[in-house]
Amino acid sequence: MKLIDFTAIYTIWLREMKRFFRARSRLIGSLAMPLFFLVFLGTGFNAAFKFPDLPPGIDYIAFLAPGIIGMVLLFNSITSGLSVIWDRQFGFLKEIMVTPVSRVSIVLGKTLGGMTTSLLQGILILLIAMGIGFKITGVLGFLSSVICMILIATSFVCLGLIFASIINDMQGFHLIVSLFTFPIFILSSALFPLERLPLWLKYLGYINPLTYGVDGLRYSLIGVAHFSLTLDLFVLVCFCTFMICLSTYIFRSVEVD
Amino acid sequence: MEYAIELEGLSKKFGDFTAVSNINLNIEKGEILGLLGPNGAGKTTIIKMLATLFKPTSGFAEVWHHNILKEQDAVRRSIGIVFQDSSIDTELTGRENLDFHARMYGLSKEERGKRINEVLDLVELNDRANVFVKFYSGGMQRRLEIARGLMHYPKVLFLDEPTLGLDAQTRHRIWEYIKRLNKAQKVTVVLTTHYMEEADYLCDRVAIIDHGKIIALDKPNNLKNAIGEDVISLQVSDGGKFSDILTKFEFIKRIRLHDDFLFLSVEDGEITIPRIMRLAHEEEVLVHSVSLRKPTLEDVFLTFTGRTIREQEASAKEQNRMKAKASMRMGGKR
Repeated sequence: MKLIDFTAIYTIWLREMKRFFRARSRLIGSLAMPLFFLVFLGTGFNAAFKFPDLPPGIDYIAFLAPGIIGMVLLFNSITSGLSVIWDRQFGFLKEIMVTPVSRVSIVLGKTLGGMTTSLLQGILILLIAMGIGFKITGVLGFLSSVICMILIATSFVCLGLIFASIINDMQGFHLIVSLFTFPIFILSSALFPLERLPLWLKYLGYINPLTYGVDGLRYSLIGVAHFSLTLDLFVLVCFCTFMICLSTYIFRSVEVD
Repeated sequence: MEYAIELEGLSKKFGDFTAVSNINLNIEKGEILGLLGPNGAGKTTIIKMLATLFKPTSGFAEVWHHNILKEQDAVRRSIGIVFQDSSIDTELTGRENLDFHARMYGLSKEERGKRINEVLDLVELNDRANVFVKFYSGGMQRRLEIARGLMHYPKVLFLDEPTLGLDAQTRHRIWEYIKRLNKAQKVTVVLTTHYMEEADYLCDRVAIIDHGKIIALDKPNNLKNAIGEDVISLQVSDGGKFSDILTKFEFIKRIRLHDDFLFLSVEDGEITIPRIMRLAHEEEVLVHSVSLRKPTLEDVFLTFTGRTIREQEASAKEQNRMKAKASMRMGGKR
């Protein structure tokens, strides 16, 4: 059994793509929420409050847009773990597990599939934001934001797979996922800068990997950020590698009945 | 004689519960072997161990000369499996499901195209190949799963309750496919079932499984012959008189008398009936009706386990309900 079986990884990825593009209503549904956030929350906060730490020339909506992309990536990536739970419920996981394909390749295929769908949604929301007036720094910024998106998406797809390996039922999965995603989202500087928070909350924000993801996106897209892009990418790559290893390790023990 | 599958002392425990207990069994190449038993007898657990999905607690087995513990990869390549519950992606078309399977087993592009059409032909699904599986009937899904199990040219095909929940007509069709693939593709078939007719009709040999043990193993006919005789029931004008006459004949093993009904246990019912008719004519006994009942696997099962398969199947809840009803009825009589 080859540990890394590229044909198998591609096959699993291809199936995820087919399923993704056939469920158009799901795509539209998943984009509606972040759009409401961006337009309503952005406009509302921009009008109601003055954020003291925003650099000149950057309004709240520009600050918020990278955060919303981070949110799209976070939510869609983690919930892509659902595909494993669906497969288990509809028996397809058995079909995958009985093939002579290593568990590592199965995880990698699933991860790659979830990452691609999240990435597409992240890019889509970026394009929509640009369509309604969000200005980015340039092509290079766009490319480096895509790299950040890939790293964010991969990391959290792995987290979703870990949850799906441990939790068997859909309700439980949703419960655990929202328990994790909301703190991660809110304390990631997606909605507000972390500088003025009380110390303990600030530290929580600093150990939150998404903080570096959003920061990297912000640097790439609007040229202004809290950390340097090098630090952001370093943290993201480390976290991503760790999550891939952990999810592979945990998925190995998954049993199908 | 080399065997397709050899099981030696195979056991599986889940906690304190022994699902499969010390099974020894050799399955010949090219045969259709049936594992017959009620739900929860351990049939599926045996199959899952052979398919490397469960690790046995003790003992070992070889599938096509590959050890199920040490050569999982080779075992998986030698087998195809159709699970008890559906395991198809209903959001894909039939062809896409087969294509997924073929790619996972590393078939080349030309092989894939050719083989997909072959297996679709076998189960007569060509015209529905490009339809989403969610629009398939239950029987069609089953056929697709059988086709998929055959995609990668397996030596052994495991079918776990292949006709569970299907109507009689569809069931017969699936039986025909199974017979056909066994002959045409030279695939050894191991199937589990709790349908007597299925085991009887399809299988070259049947292993009766109860509480994780094999309690009988033979050709269906041998099993039936071993437990017994055919039973002829007669309704006659004078039961007592005819019964006295018949006791003299050795070819009648036992006689039970019930008013004017006679139940005769005999070796070979078809040949015996004309002789009895002649006797009745000579003795001027009027025969109103006659019927012959040959032993079924159900009787075999009853003999070996002391219960019918349906009694076992009834869940504890149903059994309680039946008991409650029975005691009420008895109470009423008293």
